Order: sequence, then C-alpha cells, then structure tokens
Amino acid sequence: MTATRDKFGRPIVVVTGMGVVTSLGAGKTDNWTKLTAGESGIRTITRFSTDGMKTTIAGAVDFLNVDPMTSAALSERLADMVAEEAIAQSNIGTRGDFPGPLFLAVSPIEIEWPQRQAVARAAGANAGIDYDVLLRASGGGQFAPYHRRFQFASVADHLADTYGTNGSPISLSTACASGATAIQLGVESIRRGETDAALCVGTEGSINPEAMIRFSLLSALSMQNADPKTASKPFSKNRDGFVMAEGAGALVLESMEAAIARGAKILGILAGCGELTDSFHRTRSSPDGKPIIGCVRNALADAGMVSDQIDYINAHGTATPENDKMEYLGISTVFGERAKQIPVSSNKSMVGHTISAAGAVEAVFSLLTLEHQRIPPTINYLVPDPAIPFDVVPNTARDARVTAVMSNSFGFGGQNASLILTREPV
Amino acid sequence: MADTPTTSAAPVEVWITGVGLATSLGDSLDAHWDALNAGRINVDETGYAPYVVHPFAPVSFDTQIPKKGDQRQMEAWQRIGTYAAGLALDSAGIKGDKDVLAKMDMIVAAGGGERDLVVDAGILNAENYGTTPPGILNERLMNDLRPTLFLAQLSNLLAGNIAIVHGVTGSSRTFMGEEAAGCDAARIALARIASGQSDIALIGAAHNGERKDLLLLYEFDNFNLRNKHTPVWARDTDSGFALGSAGAFLVIESRAHAEKRGAKPFARLTSVVADQARRKEPGQITEALSTLWDELGAVTGARAIISGATGAQPATSEEKDFLASHKDVAVRATGTIFGHTLDAQFPLGLGLAALAVSRGELFAPNDASGFEIAMTDKPTQIVVIGTGHWRGEGMALVEAVT
Repeated sequence: MTATRDKFGRPIVVVTGMGVVTSLGAGKTDNWTKLTAGESGIRTITRFSTDGMKTTIAGAVDFLNVDPMTSAALSERLADMVAEEAIAQSNIGTRGDFPGPLFLAVSPIEIEWPQRQAVARAAGANAGIDYDVLLRASGGGQFAPYHRRFQFASVADHLADTYGTNGSPISLSTACASGATAIQLGVESIRRGETDAALCVGTEGSINPEAMIRFSLLSALSMQNADPKTASKPFSKNRDGFVMAEGAGALVLESMEAAIARGAKILGILAGCGELTDSFHRTRSSPDGKPIIGCVRNALADAGMVSDQIDYINAHGTATPENDKMEYLGISTVFGERAKQIPVSSNKSMVGHTISAAGAVEAVFSLLTLEHQRIPPTINYLVPDPAIPFDVVPNTARDARVTAVMSNSFGFGGQNASLILTREPV
Repeated sequence: MADTPTTSAAPVEVWITGVGLATSLGDSLDAHWDALNAGRINVDETGYAPYVVHPFAPVSFDTQIPKKGDQRQMEAWQRIGTYAAGLALDSAGIKGDKDVLAKMDMIVAAGGGERDLVVDAGILNAENYGTTPPGILNERLMNDLRPTLFLAQLSNLLAGNIAIVHGVTGSSRTFMGEEAAGCDAARIALARIASGQSDIALIGAAHNGERKDLLLLYEFDNFNLRNKHTPVWARDTDSGFALGSAGAFLVIESRAHAEKRGAKPFARLTSVVADQARRKEPGQITEALSTLWDELGAVTGARAIISGATGAQPATSEEKDFLASHKDVAVRATGTIFGHTLDAQFPLGLGLAALAVSRGELFAPNDASGFEIAMTDKPTQIVVIGTGHWRGEGMALVEAVT
C-alpha cells in the first residue's frame, strides 16, 4: 500500500497530464526535442509592423491561424491546446466532463487596437474622434461580440465550457508568477480535500504593438534585434532584457490516492509551493533579496525539504540585468556554497518570457526534466557574468540524476512564487 | 503564507474583523449607514449622458496613501482600492502591525486600469482610424504613453500598491473575471483559513465607474443604463446597469487569531459558494442560485439578502425568479444604491452584510417598485448574492457571532 499522504498528513498531489506550446512548437514531444537541442524560438516579428519600435523580436506563436486575431483569442486558443493535451494524457473523466475546478493564469484582457479602429471607422469619416464619438458608434449590437471577447473571464469561460470543469473557474494574474500561482491554487484545493483533481493552465498570447511598447517603455526588453536567436541571454554579462514570448502550459493535478485508484500514470509530484510578496517597488526587487529568499524558503518548508535535496533549479532567469542578479542573491543565500554547484538553467534563453504562462510552461519542462533525467541548457551563454557564478548548464543539455526540481517565478508587483516538483513522494 | 505544515481536520471559524468601504456614498462606515437609511443615492445622469454613473465621493487620499509619489503611480481605480484597503486594515486594528501584515494573505479581485483617453483619441485621429501605415500607431504609442501608465493599468498592481503602501506581504493573488472574481476571492480566502492553510487575509476589490473606456466595453452589448436612474428591480424592460465607483475590502481571520490579538468581530463569514451556469437556456441562473442556496447550509434564522443584481437582463429577472421563492425575506440591492461595480460588488455586499449584522439591523429598503420589504427583526443571518451580468453566480452566508 503506497502512502498517499505527505509527512504533514496532507493528500499528496501528483501530476497525471501535461500540455505545452511555445514558439518552439506544439506539444511536449516537439518542445522537449528542441529545448534539449538548445534551439531558440525567438524570431523577428512578422505579425505586425514594428516600425519605430526599439524591440522587433519576440517568441511569437505564429504557426496557428486565429481569426479574428486578438491577444485574447490567441491566449484562448493556446490554453485550449494545452488543456486538451494534458487531459488526453491524463485520461481523466469523460470528454467534456473534467472532474475538478479550473485555475487559469491569463494576462489582463482589454479592447485592442483593431477593434478600437473598427469602432472609429463605424463612427464615420471626418469626425474628430474622441470617446464620446466612439460610444455613439459602439451600441446597437453590431459590435456585441467584442463585449464577450474582452471580458476578463472570457478565456476561462471557454475552457470551462469546453472541458466541463467544476464550479466557478478562476482567472488570475500574479504577473510573471501567474502560471505558478495557478498550480499553487490547484495544489491547495486538493490538499484541502475539496477536489480530487484540478486543471491548472497558464496562457500568454500578448505579442501586439501596445503590449510590446509598454514593456519597452519600462526598459525591460532586450534590444538585441540583429540576431533574434541569441537575444535572450540569461545570466550572461551582456544580457540586456527579456524577450517577450507566447505560449501555454497545462497540468492535470490529482490527489495521489485518486490517481492510483483509477490506475493513472503518475508523471511527478507537486511537493511544495511557496510565495512571498515584495513591497519594495512596483518593478524592482528589494535590494536585500529578502522576499525572494523567503519565497524559496517557504516552498522548501511547504514541501518539508531542505535545500540539499534540490538537485536542479529551473530559474526564472529572464535575462533582465536586475532579475538575474537578484535571483543569484536569493538562491545563494538559501543554498550557500551549493549555489555554485547546483545546475540552474533558464528555459527563457530559448522560448523567451511567456509572462503569464511562464510558471506553467516551466513546470511542464521541470517535469520533463525529471522524466528524461536530462537538464535543458541556458543557451547564448558565451560571456559569463562573474557576479552570477551559477552552473547555468551552458549551451548544451546535460544528462543528470534529478530527483527534485525547484521552479522559480518572480514578477512585477512584488510577485514571487516557487514550486518544488519531484519524481517520487518526499 | 504558503508554508502550510498542517491542514486542520475541523473547519476553523472565520470572522470578519475589518471593513473598509469607499464609495459614491462616502468613506466611513457611519457615513454609509446614515446614507443607506436615508435612502440617499449619489448618481450622475448628465456628466456621461445618456449613460448613468455613480461618481466616487471625494476623499482625502493622503490619509491612507501618504506619499504623493505613490498616488501619482496609480490610476483612480488603484487609488480607490488602496484607500479602501487601508480603511479595512484600520478597521481591523492592524494598520502598521508589521508582524501581522507580514504573514497576511491578500486576494484582490481586479479588472484593468483606465486608458489614457486623450492618447487613444489622438492616435485614432492621426492614423485615420487604422487606414494609414501602421508606423503611426507605433510611433504615437512610443511617444505618447506614459511609462508608468502600464503599471497603473495592470490588474495585479492594485495588490502591488497595497503591498507597497500598507505592507501586506504574506501573499498576493489577483483574481480577474468580473463579478465572479470578487466572490472567488472571498471563497478561496475563507477556504484557506477554514482549513488552517492561513490565519488572516485581506480581500476586496475596487472599481471606478467614471470611465468612458468601460462604458464603451459595456455599450458593445447594450449593458449601459441610459438616461435615468431606476431601481435594479424595475429594469425588467429597461435592461442595464449604471457603472458604480467603490473600493470594498475586508479583513477576515480565524477566530483564534482574532481572539489572541483581542479583535472584535463584525460578523462570522460562514460560507461562500460559487458556480458558473452555462446560461444557454432560460432558467439556468435561477436553478444555479437555488442550488447555491442549498449549499450554503442552514439559512433559518432572522435572515436577509443583500443582492448584487446588476439590472441587466436576463440575469436580474432570473435572480428575481429565485428570490420569489423566498418572499418573506427582506432583500436589498446594492446595484440600485451604488450602481454596478463589477469585481467590487460582492465584497461590497459582504461589507454591508457585516455592518448590518454588527449593528443589529438591516438598512432601509430603497426600491419604489416594492420588491424590497422592511425588516424589523435583528438580522442574524445575511445571504450575499452575486449574479454576474454575463457569467458567474455566487453566494455567501454572513452570520452574527454569538
């Protein structure tokens, strides 16, 4: 009889299904092959004109046909793909009847420029456009689909309807930590005994001019446009910002007891989750690193583990000068001298920063690392930053014995979340 | 906090120990109570004509957001929310209590921030509505958007600002998804405390109704109330809502945590339940509400209902059908008084329910249609209902602490 409760007496939470899509491709197989081959999904943007923009590269998902194209619609499509892949692998429930709640990490949704322009055109030529003019042209029902499309709940509504998840679906944002938070919410609900299963999804489809320019104005984006594939340089001395990217990740979480009872294949354990808020600044981390340190320690405590038991860190590793430095400070404080030996790699060197999806995408990659006993590299690592003496698994994937992975997500608004994933219960 | 070494077996009793409301009626609990009983409604039928909105009552933001620099980093919705969150912390007696705030969870329900209307209009005019080469859009966005505007629009930055200004740093989660997000924030925070995963949480939301960009979003499907304010129960044929302005935050904590620090409860938060009816057939909202009512547990005492009905159809008519099976229960619609504040409507209902329970009376009806009846008994149970204008149904049971 396998123990299905952890050392704290809580139900052990396992993963029985995964789905992923990034700029590298759709599905686990394609992504894992390219990720461990050190391929980059970063390209020059072709979706729209980048005239005048400081950054003209991204990890856009351009192999899908979404019409009409909006960031909300693409986010929905990506979420749909990964949910389908994860549920199919898990083989849980019946089609259209997922036996648990939905937790969805999704970017804030708002009316986009093509729609604003369509309303302006409907208002008639030669009118000086202001919001009063737009308002007069927007009623009468001709733009009714825009209401549904630009509700924050619209993506979750579609998923809940398609997959038949239970109860009120939760859409959430904790900025760059959103994907991890979605998983954390699922873990917590299973531990509380509210449900035996949860569908946790993170999705991001926001490569549009205004989103790019907003991040650009905050000086957050890499401007190494000339050679897109080498632009994302986590932990390198010549890193200059993150590369915006699209993608999605999904996990089917189950209580170990329920998974065993139905004979499901267990892909990994969600052993612990930690979070801690930084109140220092809207976009910068506290210089003492305390919130990141506390977040990492909370995750270890939640898993009932010590840092020595972690043998790979899937870094947040955005390649902004600030993040990578703070991540080293946080990890080295908790891991001590081991911080220089433990492999720490950043998937973002290849797939870019999938923002709201990142925590979920990287959780999938962490589980694939456990499954294949192979660590994906940090590519574009040619000029090490001496201030960050991590073993970043430079440029080439590495076979390794990996029993426990820590996956970190740190975001704007002081959002920090860490997950610990293991092969076996701890 | 996330480190949750144990999950307790028996549900922990959860109290509401802090209420912060800043709305179109004012920013103190007394001011709200007096206005509610006087039947006062602050509504603007001309400034956004033909649309009706409920403007935010002027407050001195300095009292809760002392640094002007912080205020400048926020758009109105964030200022309203950060202000109301401060009121809730004051009300709970934990403002500035670093030990409590450092382990306090926060779940905020949020939409997005206001657009810069002048910038948007300027771009639409300059590019002749998207018909000129796209470089113009990029150039104008690059030049005209304030870098900090993005942060003032980001959903999770209301929570971020509350962390910065008030020091709530245990955890920070932002739920999005209109009305349901406000209910789910309370539902998840309650579940975490009741199961021993957390001791204390700040929950709430903020909404600014004086926004033409939001009127635009709702005008697409004709959700805006036009011309004249009416009670939500009288909008059977004149469907729609008037956008409202409100910050509504609550401090909820385990009874043991409250007693240990000597905090007095407004009320007990007994239960929060939610669902999402498919709304493909008539009657599905009514059916969902009936099921939620049963899930709430025993609602048998001197009870009342505080509804967040929007006035939009068919949702409000279906909610009326549900309420018809509880004819003896006094109902109050926050939508009539405050307008519709989307994510904030459910927390607003919770705050008013806690206030009414703690004061031992239900506030006066405000409904010329007669749907709302007087209540003379002291309410010991108040059910808060949230029915989304498009999606989402939720309910909470707020009870007197005996």
